[in-house]
Amino acid sequence: MTSARNRELLALVPVALLLTAGFAAVFSQENDQVDNLSLIYGAYFLAICLATHVYLRIRLPNADPYLFPLVATLTAFGLVMIYRIDETLARDQANWFVLGLILFALTIQFLRDYEVLERYRYTIAIAGLAVLLAPRVPGIGQQVNGAYLGVKVGPLAFQPAEFTKIAIIVFLASYLREHREVLIVGARRVLGVTLPPLKHFGPLLVVWGASMFMLVFIRDLGSSLMFFAAFLALLYVATGRFSFVVIGMAMFLVGAWFFAATVPHVHDRVEIWLHPYNEPQGNGYQILQSIFAQADGGLFGKGFGESLITVPGTDNALLPAAQTDAIYSLIVNEVGLFGAVGVVLVYLLITARGFKIALLASDGFSKLLAVGLSSVFAIQAFVIIGGVTRVIPLTGVTLPLISYGGSSIVANFVLLALLLLVSDRARREAQEPAGRLAAMGSPA
Amino acid sequence: MNRQIVKLFGFIVVLFGILIGFTSYWSVFDAEALKEQNANKRPLFEQQQIPRGRIFTADGTLIAKSVAKGRGANKRYVRRYPEGDLFGHPIGYSFVRYGQSEFEKFHNEELIGEGSEFSSIADELLGRTQEGNDIVTNIDTEAQRVALGDLEEQGFGAVVAIEPSTGAVKVMASNAPYDPNRVPYDLEKWNTDEIERPLFNRATQGLYPPGSTFKVVTAAAGLDSGAITPETAIDAPGSLEVEGTPLENDFGEDFFGATLDTALTNSVNTWFGQLGQQLGNDTLFEYMERFGFNAKPAIDLPEEEVSESGVWDIENEEVLTAADPVDLARVAIGQERLLASPLQMAQVAAAVANGGEMMKPQIWKRVVDPDGRTVDTMDPSVYSKPISEETAAELTTAMEGVVNEGTGTNAAISGVPVAGKTGTAETPGNLACGGGENENQAWFIGFAPADDPQIAIAASVECTEQFGNDVAAPIFADVAETILNGE
Repeated sequence: MTSARNRELLALVPVALLLTAGFAAVFSQENDQVDNLSLIYGAYFLAICLATHVYLRIRLPNADPYLFPLVATLTAFGLVMIYRIDETLARDQANWFVLGLILFALTIQFLRDYEVLERYRYTIAIAGLAVLLAPRVPGIGQQVNGAYLGVKVGPLAFQPAEFTKIAIIVFLASYLREHREVLIVGARRVLGVTLPPLKHFGPLLVVWGASMFMLVFIRDLGSSLMFFAAFLALLYVATGRFSFVVIGMAMFLVGAWFFAATVPHVHDRVEIWLHPYNEPQGNGYQILQSIFAQADGGLFGKGFGESLITVPGTDNALLPAAQTDAIYSLIVNEVGLFGAVGVVLVYLLITARGFKIALLASDGFSKLLAVGLSSVFAIQAFVIIGGVTRVIPLTGVTLPLISYGGSSIVANFVLLALLLLVSDRARREAQEPAGRLAAMGSPA
Repeated sequence: MNRQIVKLFGFIVVLFGILIGFTSYWSVFDAEALKEQNANKRPLFEQQQIPRGRIFTADGTLIAKSVAKGRGANKRYVRRYPEGDLFGHPIGYSFVRYGQSEFEKFHNEELIGEGSEFSSIADELLGRTQEGNDIVTNIDTEAQRVALGDLEEQGFGAVVAIEPSTGAVKVMASNAPYDPNRVPYDLEKWNTDEIERPLFNRATQGLYPPGSTFKVVTAAAGLDSGAITPETAIDAPGSLEVEGTPLENDFGEDFFGATLDTALTNSVNTWFGQLGQQLGNDTLFEYMERFGFNAKPAIDLPEEEVSESGVWDIENEEVLTAADPVDLARVAIGQERLLASPLQMAQVAAAVANGGEMMKPQIWKRVVDPDGRTVDTMDPSVYSKPISEETAAELTTAMEGVVNEGTGTNAAISGVPVAGKTGTAETPGNLACGGGENENQAWFIGFAPADDPQIAIAASVECTEQFGNDVAAPIFADVAETILNGE
């Protein structure tokens, strides 16, 4: 078990080096010299990571050794990119990172027996959906690009969807754990299609309804897509019925098609995606500039700090939302196709570790929770990267751990904490079968 | 559930593979096409961050330079033209928001230092920033100044001076001129100014009836095809009925039994009209094409800013060929629907001066990299050989007569033999001149010294009530003298 933590410690070294080198590169670009500050930032980051590592050594000695270094890699990379865009944004982001780690530690501290979540699953689901409505509450709600994504209370702003995604996964993992058997056994074949039993399917229809509701009321196409895809992934893993996924997808597409035709905001997003050149200076500007920035990156990119984000001599954006939605385009522009593939592979590795945890876990809830959390993380990355590369319509979700945004960072560290909690137990049980058997065999 | 988990992971791998596929497509496979997109201003903004190379005249006068503005990622370079309107034509301008024109546009790649793909990747890996190359042109500062100054006195028009043996363009002046430094402020105004048209390079884009200067081409065709010799006598009456309309000599003067010398010296219309008819469509058009008509001059300026000389069917916007019906007698004297650019007529003079060999006209002389090394030098290259050396010599003799005792005496330079030809084409109702009924297009083409030609020049003035000898020939003399004295 110490070997796992030792591997984690070793893996953190390249992360700190990457961060320091990145800051040094940005510094040298901006100031024509390498400042000591880049080393100081690197050192701070390493110190925080080490503290986290020591904490994990004590609390979760068996947890997956690669997850935290991989997550730290993306966070470090994100910090460098944001620092390169705007120093003050990077300072905010660093503060969010620290807050994220505090919540990470608190989650691990108080949710060691994470089954307790199952007991509150309806409360969690309802709370998760309720906060989604907050952006429409007058006075605290915020509208961004036509979507109601944010809440602002005093100086504190956050995006509820980031937290709702965890709540929904916890609910689904718990609900499906309990009902998977009846969903499979009760399934009926109607006209050659295997249909789930309606009685147990009711709560799941609620999820579909919630997704459609988000599409229309919150106008958050990205989160809606993300939640529903995670739902289908979990449904498939829990039941093994591919037909359920097909039915679910058909329902989503019909709903999305219907709303694309009737809700202007959704319709616009789809139109821009299909015909960006219709209004190159208007609606199509963001996606076109995203693509142009990628075209400019080529294989190796232009180098850290070399990308044009604003029109030279003005404050007009050449790459709109460079620190949030379009950060992937900025990455392609500065570190090229190779760098971007590296980033995508890190996301894939994190997902792979998450799925590995699910494979190792022995109980249904742990398995579904690990798969759900990993999937929603991977799907979020797919939705935004796919958006800026025109695979799917561009929507406003963050690139997990890299994009600027406190809610996103904090929520993803909570997500990571839950994954590590599942992992710690799964690996401990896998390593100590004898001990467990002995414990079970001992007289009460 | 494990089987499903593995399958789901496989699906996520596929999804991420699609992301990598699309990223590769945009960043590598489709990148070149995307950079060409009109909506994509990024390449332009990036070019603005490259210190664009300077442009000099042959004698070292700075024509264009780039000055830095802003700092860091906002650092950019803006073009400055220290000599104002002197080199507006043919150098043009280069501004990110307003585009590029003329020489700046044609030589953009050298000026921004665009090398081969390999060297730019090497530069990228070594962290070198791209820097532009300087270009030294063939332009003669003093002669350009004299040409533009003379034009500004005489009216709208153009002057082109070419070194016959190399094709080096030493002067290219167009009046009205413009100051490229003012492009960001005045571009719109200039674009809508239909009278002055300052952005219009009259030397290369302007097409005017060449009038009697075209007789040089007709004479060359006659001599070189063997249709006439310098001794051939043709009866040229004061007036001749051609295609139902009388073709007349100046003052209706008769020239019976006149040879080429007499006909050219006195610019006898009926003599050349008959020669043209005798040559026929095929021969005259063949020689026109040999001299560069019916094609755009191969000069180092953007194709869209260079006009094709020839017999123009204006309505159908096409240049006629030998197969089309034309009034050949009037084509032979530079009338009918014949239109020529000053550059084209300068090339005709240069070809005669260079023993019948026409060189490709070139404004650039050499490219110098930021370290001061010359990386490329203009090689004189032959465009065509329209006439034999013998024909060229016979023509030169006749053209000397024009300046010595004929219609072009104002082109004479003391102590230097000059060969040339005047032209005065009537352009009544020309809207550019305000629609007056007595407006002429006045021309002079020629070269000097006649026995060892160093410079060939075409001068053309619009909207004048005077003749070629009055307004164009003196410009020729001034510019030629300046160039000859400068050497």
